[in-house]
Amino acid sequence: MALQRVAVIDYGMGNLHSVESALQHAGTSDVVVTADPEIVAAADRVVFPGVGAIGDCMAEIKRLGFDRLITEVVASGKPLLGICVGMQAMMEGSEESGGTQCLGLFEGVVQRFPGGMDSQGRPLKIPHMGWNTVRQSVAHPLWQGIEDNTRFYFVHSYCVTPTRSEVQVGECEYGLPFAAAVARDNIFATQFHPEKSHTAGLQLLTNFLNWNGSC
Amino acid sequence: MGLAKRIIPCLDVDNGRVVKGVNFVGIRDAGDPVEIARRYNQAGADEITFLDITASHENRDTTVHTVEQIAREVFIPLTVGGGVRSVDDIRVLLNAGADKVSINTAAIHNPSLVQESAARFGSQCIVVAIDAKAVHEDGEAPRWEIFTHGGRKSTGIDAVRWAEKMADLGAGEILLTSMDRDGTKNGFDLAVTRAIADAVPIPVIASGGVGNLDHLAQGVLQGHADAVLAASIFHFGEYTVAEAKAHMAACGIEMRL
Repeated sequence: MALQRVAVIDYGMGNLHSVESALQHAGTSDVVVTADPEIVAAADRVVFPGVGAIGDCMAEIKRLGFDRLITEVVASGKPLLGICVGMQAMMEGSEESGGTQCLGLFEGVVQRFPGGMDSQGRPLKIPHMGWNTVRQSVAHPLWQGIEDNTRFYFVHSYCVTPTRSEVQVGECEYGLPFAAAVARDNIFATQFHPEKSHTAGLQLLTNFLNWNGSC
Repeated sequence: MGLAKRIIPCLDVDNGRVVKGVNFVGIRDAGDPVEIARRYNQAGADEITFLDITASHENRDTTVHTVEQIAREVFIPLTVGGGVRSVDDIRVLLNAGADKVSINTAAIHNPSLVQESAARFGSQCIVVAIDAKAVHEDGEAPRWEIFTHGGRKSTGIDAVRWAEKMADLGAGEILLTSMDRDGTKNGFDLAVTRAIADAVPIPVIASGGVGNLDHLAQGVLQGHADAVLAASIFHFGEYTVAEAKAHMAACGIEMRL
């Protein structure tokens, strides 16, 4: 396959160099971090990252017209990878930032972690920060070469529960079970940060670069 | 299976070189920060912390350049601290590739910096560093205060109350260093670690005093820390990160092996 261009959508929310460096390390030199909708539309694959408060993220996504653009990417069949708040933004809505309407690519909502106790009976800390195990609920090309229950790096205070369990391709637990990854058609999205998850994360990014966008 | 406790090697960097002091005096040279970060990335460290102890503000460019180089090669989270004074300092470090930025003295002089930066960049990337020292007399109830200037100057601020306030303002994590123990190799101050870890709803990193692997395990089991930070035991090859993880796991602690 010819070298393919990967566009990382930059809507002004945080540093995207780690995503760029990790994609380069995972196997492609043609990565572009861009806020230009035309460059995104012309790319062969699209990465939709996100950090910070979802209210701010969605406001910027809408202001820059990326909501329509992402819908077009989904319709085009190009592989699309959402990361962290990027995944949360793909749900119907979030209770963060006083209630935020999101893109609605998956049914279900984003809620704050309810808390609970750890195995020693102490309150769970929020954010959920660090390396947790991901159970691969469904086989998927992006899990290729990654063992079930491998640890990935998470940092988030809100979590996703999809309405339809079949889109949940990875599950994690922190006080309650929640979606570590969701997927359908040409979309794959992770709550964890593959770009910060060392060998397993780089493998997932390599799999994304090799993925044809079908399950 | 659940969230693992973290081991975080710490690079104290002065003018682009990694150093580690004994009580912040008598600094020894342990090499190139990029090389060391790369080594820890390969060795299974869960995160890396980079503390810039360069005295002069003019050499900030060196720091930013080093952070950029590390971020290009290291695919685990990187926290950068030292000399962070403004929202703009934080923005520059995040753009250079830091995943989290640690605010220390500036939080004391200007607590709203924590609030502003958490609102701007998200709590997940704002760490507040607390340098605490015991101030109680023998026989009194334990009490710790925040110290500045390498542990020489008291602020009179109660460390536990301060940690609670920082969490309220939006800090995503506390990096707690015991100034009584830092550089001593006598182990963490478990009492202050536990007092703060139990008081705040956010993760706490224990720091200061690690001399052996039992100390790391004690930080979690007795100090209730979510992560443990150490420098010299790793820099000088006394123990590897893998040995530390195996030891902690053998003590019943959930680790990423």
